[in-house]
Amino acid sequence: MTVDAQADAVTQARYDTLKRIGKYTIVRFFMLMFAVIIGVYITILVANMGGYVDDILRSEIRERIAIQISLDPQYKELSTEERKELQEKLVALEEKRLGLDKPFIVRSFGYLKNALTLNLGRAQNMTSDSGSRQVKLIILERLPATLLLFGTSFLLNFFVSLFFALMLSRRYGSFWDRVVVALSPTSAAPGWFYGIFLIVIFAAWLGILPYGGMVDAPPPEDPLHYALSVAEHMILPLLALAISQIFLSIYSWRTFFLIYSTEDYVEMAKAKGLSPRAIERRYILRPTLPTIVTNFALAAIAVWFGAIIFETVFNWPGIGRVYFQAIGLFDTAVIVGTTVLYAYLLAATVFLLDIVYAFIDPRVKIG
Amino acid sequence: MNLRQFREITRYPSAIIGLIIIIFLVGLSIYTVIALPYEEAVNKWRGGDRVWQDNPRGVPPTWVNLFRSKKLPESIIFDTATDETIQKQVTPLDENLTDIVYTFQFDYTADEFPQEIILFFTSTFEKKAPYISLLWKTPDGREINIGDFSIERAYTRRISQDDKLAKELGGPPEVMLFADPNSEERIPLKGTYTLEIAGLAFEPESTFNVKSIIYGKVFGLAGTDHLRRDLVLGLLWGTPVALAFGLLAAVITSLLTMFIAATGTWFGGWVDSLIQRITEINMMLPVLPILIMVGVFYSRSLWVILGVVILLGIFSASIKSYRAMFMQEREAGYIQAAKAYGAGDVRIIFRYLVPRIFPVLIPSLVVLIPSYVFLEASLAVLGLGDPIMPTWGKIINDARVNGALLKGQYYWVLEPSFMLMLTGFSFAMLGFALDRIFNPRLRGM
Repeated sequence: MTVDAQADAVTQARYDTLKRIGKYTIVRFFMLMFAVIIGVYITILVANMGGYVDDILRSEIRERIAIQISLDPQYKELSTEERKELQEKLVALEEKRLGLDKPFIVRSFGYLKNALTLNLGRAQNMTSDSGSRQVKLIILERLPATLLLFGTSFLLNFFVSLFFALMLSRRYGSFWDRVVVALSPTSAAPGWFYGIFLIVIFAAWLGILPYGGMVDAPPPEDPLHYALSVAEHMILPLLALAISQIFLSIYSWRTFFLIYSTEDYVEMAKAKGLSPRAIERRYILRPTLPTIVTNFALAAIAVWFGAIIFETVFNWPGIGRVYFQAIGLFDTAVIVGTTVLYAYLLAATVFLLDIVYAFIDPRVKIG
Repeated sequence: MNLRQFREITRYPSAIIGLIIIIFLVGLSIYTVIALPYEEAVNKWRGGDRVWQDNPRGVPPTWVNLFRSKKLPESIIFDTATDETIQKQVTPLDENLTDIVYTFQFDYTADEFPQEIILFFTSTFEKKAPYISLLWKTPDGREINIGDFSIERAYTRRISQDDKLAKELGGPPEVMLFADPNSEERIPLKGTYTLEIAGLAFEPESTFNVKSIIYGKVFGLAGTDHLRRDLVLGLLWGTPVALAFGLLAAVITSLLTMFIAATGTWFGGWVDSLIQRITEINMMLPVLPILIMVGVFYSRSLWVILGVVILLGIFSASIKSYRAMFMQEREAGYIQAAKAYGAGDVRIIFRYLVPRIFPVLIPSLVVLIPSYVFLEASLAVLGLGDPIMPTWGKIINDARVNGALLKGQYYWVLEPSFMLMLTGFSFAMLGFALDRIFNPRLRGM
């Protein structure tokens, strides 16, 4: 084979890889979008269970029109009968305008379109921090806080677990190894649960860390102090998330590494006299990474769902907290809107990890 | 899966501990269900003041005194209607007037003041109600008049909220009545106190009974909540509820998931790909938000939530891993043999495929139980707990809503949390050990 042909083959292989990943990415993208659409539609169906959303809308229209009529001087002269008639007429008109006269199945697709384009309507009772009643603003305003907390937690968790798992798989059976195995059942409890304990210990009892929230009140003016204050408020939430995840992920990843380190090709590499680091990188980490990423994706999804209660416990001003407030105020528009956003976040997480997966696993094919 | 594998459990101390705790929890559940029948427990839990008025409000369990240098008082209750030993003096003054005097005597040894003092009167009369005078005698011989008033047929006298008395004494009555007058700090004077309740009845048939409660600052085995409820009841009933929810959800979803995976793999083709697609979509559904919406809009009943949890849990991610295993099994010789002798699809799936996967199913099922227990608790902590049954999550929610952590009522949060932790850890410990036993690749790791 000539040098040229060899180079060609390499380019060809690279091209194939890119094509494969590209095709895979596109197919995954559409599948995930399809899943999001179904998910959001189910959300709408659930939210409207028993015509709940319709009832809220209808009573709102009725109330608004009743007030309108009673305030309008030109209707002052009307008798009660006439007034009632007028009200019915206006209500019917308004319901028609909003499409409430059509059967639900038709309207549900309208809702779906609105939801998917994040045209989430107006909140009934809640306002955003800037005073807007638009659901989109209420939710998007809180998104950075959620991303900050859970993004940091994902990354910390991933790399810390990977590091310790590799270390322990080298020292299999050691004291620390046994400690991690013994501690792995801690993951049976979710993060908020440890959060409560941490708040009891560090905030209520010792009083050295804040109970919750994202930043001191009033927020410090200068950016450095602001960042420090946020960091201080993040210690307990991050710790709580870590306790609930890290031991199990170290344990299961270490087990994977151990399983793969007994493979024949690893023995072979050892016999060849490769350095332990090279073996780890090339022969152990590489084939286990896809499984690890999958596990990580599932854990990440679980954490997204947990955010609602986690942020409530820590009073963290993210979308989970908005969701909880919306429940308390029965604000349907916000509840549905937040669910839609969750579906998007989830899809984005899975999509990102899918692409990573495709890059690290040469066997990945579509379907 | 055989007996030898089960016997292997004894080699894992964590599994033994887990198993012991599970047995304890199951025993506790059975005891609870038998000793405190559901109806009775629910009626009591939701009974309100009538049931719980004798308990102090929001106080820690009695055993905290073991760890305190300053002992907290327990409640002191005198009820003339039920307690015959209380000293009662009846002196007829003339044909209509009668003087009735109850004398309550008690030793006060705690280092803190009681929470409050309330007297509950009941009386019988035709027209004119008895007139009551209260006299408080301290160990150092002081005698304090703490109220003269006429009562009704049912009358509650809250000594602690008597502003006039508070002004006279120079502080909250429940503190000043017990305070040592010779001490700079406010500390209780220990010794024998006497409360004399003298009543003047104006009719020959007229009489009265009184229940005096000097509310302590500790109560029972688990303390009380903001509605004076004994937390023991809630903690006990939380056990069967949590176990039933976790077990039912885990067992039903695991079994259905497995059967679906087996069916899909066995028939292959469009059945298989349909199941795969549904699984992928199902994995994307925001489960907790949907559950919350069901709770908010539809029903908060535990059984409805359980149904939805199962519905959303059937097509779970584990279908993928079961599928991979069934794929291997499908090609196994004994399956081919079964096919050859003409076994039907159903028979192969139920008799040959599914049983082979059981060893893998059991550990994951056991590990799944606590996750459902915590799911129920999560919903309850969000305020979406079952409206009727007491659950651990609901107790945590009550505590959070009433600012237990800010007020230092840690026991209120820690007790249900401890029960949750016990449940979670025991199943996880057992499950992880079973995983190592049944999963040959993990053997010895």
